[in-house]
Amino acid sequence: MRRLHPAVVLLLCAFAAVAGCGERERADGPPASVLHRGNAFEPETLDPHRVRSVETFNIIRDLYEGLIAEQPGGELGPGVAETWTVSEDGLTWRFRLRDNARWSNGDAVTAEDFAWSLRRAVHPDTGSYYAQMLSVIEDISVPEPGVLVLHLSGPTPYLPGLLAQPIAYPVHRATVETHGERFTRPGLNVSNGAYRIVEWEAHSHVRVERNLYYWNDERTRIHAVVFHPIEAESTELARYRAGDLHMTRTIPVQQYEWLQRNLSDELHVTPYLSTYFYGFNLTKPPFQGNLPLRKALSLAIDREVLAEQVVGSGEVPAYAWVTPGIDNYETQRPEWADWPRDQRLAEARRLYAEAGYSARNPLRVELRYNTAESHRRIAVAIASMWREQLGVEATLHNEEWQVFLNSRQSQQLEVYRSGWVGDYNDANTFAEAMMSTHGLNDMGWKNEEYDQLVVAAGRERDPAARRELLEQAERLLLSEYPVMPIYYYVSKALVKPTVGGYVPNVMNVHPSRHLYLRD
Amino acid sequence: MLAHSVKRVVGAVPTLFILITLAFFMMRLAPGGPFDAEKALAPEVQANLDRIYHLDEPLPAQYARYLGNVVRGDLGPSFQYQDWTVNELIARGLPVSLRLGVTALVLALLLGVTAGTLAALRQNAATDHAVMTAAMTGISIPNFVMAPLLILVFAVWLGWLPAGGWSGGALRNMLLPVVVLTLPLVAYIARLTRGSMIEVLRSDYIRTARAKGLPERTVVLRHALRPALLPVVSFLGPAIAALLSGSLVVEQIFGLPGIGRYFVQGALNRDYTLVMGVVIFYGSLVIVMNVIVDLVYAWLDPKVRY
Repeated sequence: MRRLHPAVVLLLCAFAAVAGCGERERADGPPASVLHRGNAFEPETLDPHRVRSVETFNIIRDLYEGLIAEQPGGELGPGVAETWTVSEDGLTWRFRLRDNARWSNGDAVTAEDFAWSLRRAVHPDTGSYYAQMLSVIEDISVPEPGVLVLHLSGPTPYLPGLLAQPIAYPVHRATVETHGERFTRPGLNVSNGAYRIVEWEAHSHVRVERNLYYWNDERTRIHAVVFHPIEAESTELARYRAGDLHMTRTIPVQQYEWLQRNLSDELHVTPYLSTYFYGFNLTKPPFQGNLPLRKALSLAIDREVLAEQVVGSGEVPAYAWVTPGIDNYETQRPEWADWPRDQRLAEARRLYAEAGYSARNPLRVELRYNTAESHRRIAVAIASMWREQLGVEATLHNEEWQVFLNSRQSQQLEVYRSGWVGDYNDANTFAEAMMSTHGLNDMGWKNEEYDQLVVAAGRERDPAARRELLEQAERLLLSEYPVMPIYYYVSKALVKPTVGGYVPNVMNVHPSRHLYLRD
Repeated sequence: MLAHSVKRVVGAVPTLFILITLAFFMMRLAPGGPFDAEKALAPEVQANLDRIYHLDEPLPAQYARYLGNVVRGDLGPSFQYQDWTVNELIARGLPVSLRLGVTALVLALLLGVTAGTLAALRQNAATDHAVMTAAMTGISIPNFVMAPLLILVFAVWLGWLPAGGWSGGALRNMLLPVVVLTLPLVAYIARLTRGSMIEVLRSDYIRTARAKGLPERTVVLRHALRPALLPVVSFLGPAIAALLSGSLVVEQIFGLPGIGRYFVQGALNRDYTLVMGVVIFYGSLVIVMNVIVDLVYAWLDPKVRY
């Protein structure tokens, strides 16, 4: 008798049950008006007031629109606010909302929506990361329908930049009040941007489709956008090359040269509002009170080699703190930045000796960074430059990210790797980060004059005078060497030639409503 | 047998309890917290977040609260994925991981047992060598090498299959991940089956079966296979563990929305509740699977009785 073994039958049944129950396959390839974007991480939340990562901002920017919005080139312009005026003293901003602004359920977007949302954004229960960004707003009022008035504690010329951030986006009050934390879900969420959310499969994708009520919907050309969270850069590249994605968020750095050779038309490398630097712990020896030592170490590294050869994917050597390309600002450079390398090294050796170190009594220092191949390469290069030029004996120590942050914030280290991404296109976002009270200042650098300059710049109404104050603050910072800037980041992305309307910009923002797909 | 199974499952409760306790305190001992960022939070914001998530309470109180919630089946809110509860995340990831895992396991058993049996029947012949060489290759190539390689060939060069993504579990999306998960298992199972099959085929009762003139097919399938499968069944426990850890890598590389991904990301992000939820889930799964393996063993081997 021919009979299958019962175990085999069982296995076959289980296999059929499991493998066979998949949903039907999708049509081959996406339809022309669906844009697929690689977007790094699973969104931590889609609540504009609680969102933290720049990657998730990409989704939020498609779903919502603030009073001010990014235009195709990343510059700021009218969003929900059609026009605005600023009072003589720079303290009162009056926004007139466009009357055709609608939520995705058809409700009108009102000035009260903005007033309520701004208050929600800073309310303790919301637990917002960026609440401090709005601290300049003292009072909010709605004197007449369609008009929102913000009273500020000091003149803030960069207010439009703040208002274009997710923290200042409106949320739909009734939806939030009805659904609580679930208001971001597809089916429940109501948004006011060019798109509305239709699918959110955690760790798979977020799909948004055109909001037909959006005031500028007739200019929206892409019907739907799918954001794919892909953490591994090599996977993102593979999926891009396989045609699954139109745009990547970044590229694997090791593949930079290959991409330059083979996909140069699709590779976009753009200066980005971000600085890679090392911080010195100023609360402990050897760096506490030892300016010559910090300066010697900063002079001894070869930033051209670090940026162009060690990192080597278009990064720019950094001699200063504020990234170049910021509106109404000239990045300051220390005098020695223009010296020839030999002169710099001679000065570095002189300062090293002045600090009390020599070949017989070398500096022994630990260099700490968060675990990543790219950071390790830089740390190795810096340690060897220090050893070669000064005889410093540096040891390397890497830590997993959360452990590293903990070590930094409790100042349990000596020299450490760090980075800063500006929040908006104004020098203030960099100047502020070095103030003694700021959360990035793990160096323990306290300089009253610096703090006063930045505060004074915040009060200054004249743009030229304000700029001078901020530039003066940066010069002061650079002369004190609490940090050692290394390079300015660049944003790197692959964009298919079929994607139109992609304009590289320093903020690296590319709202889908400005893009289109060529046939 | 039923009584035995119930006893085994009940006996697993203290094991789970110890697992939860260890995992809870180990997570908390790791430096850093779920809300740390490069730019330290304003103290008042940090305080609010701690209050909202009860992180301001003393650790024993948090532990008691957590245990209480677990008993009620509530694994709490995720710290990293703030819009979701851990229950929701596991419920969404489970079908993906389960389909991958079960498909891989079933395929591995079918292919592995078949290949192993064939190799044993043609011992030291070409088939045998071919199967064993393939098996060695399958065991030797780690999944994090195999996966990118397959992606490069089948997705990037040939363009036959997607390079990743789930698309609701479409067959073409499942193919490569399943292959990567299956291959090492097939290899192990084939080697195990071959070894034990060779031994069984040499035993007296097989000689008896052959002597009374049974066709070779019956001898192998009815008399030899069942006892020969015992080591394979014992291997199922470790196999399931291998599938779970393999799925961590595979889900990551192929960008699949399964539970394995939460585990890695959750641990890195100090997402206490999510990691705990996955630990509890995996722990329970391994315990239940071991009970099932025992039952299958008893069914296959008449000498084992509960």
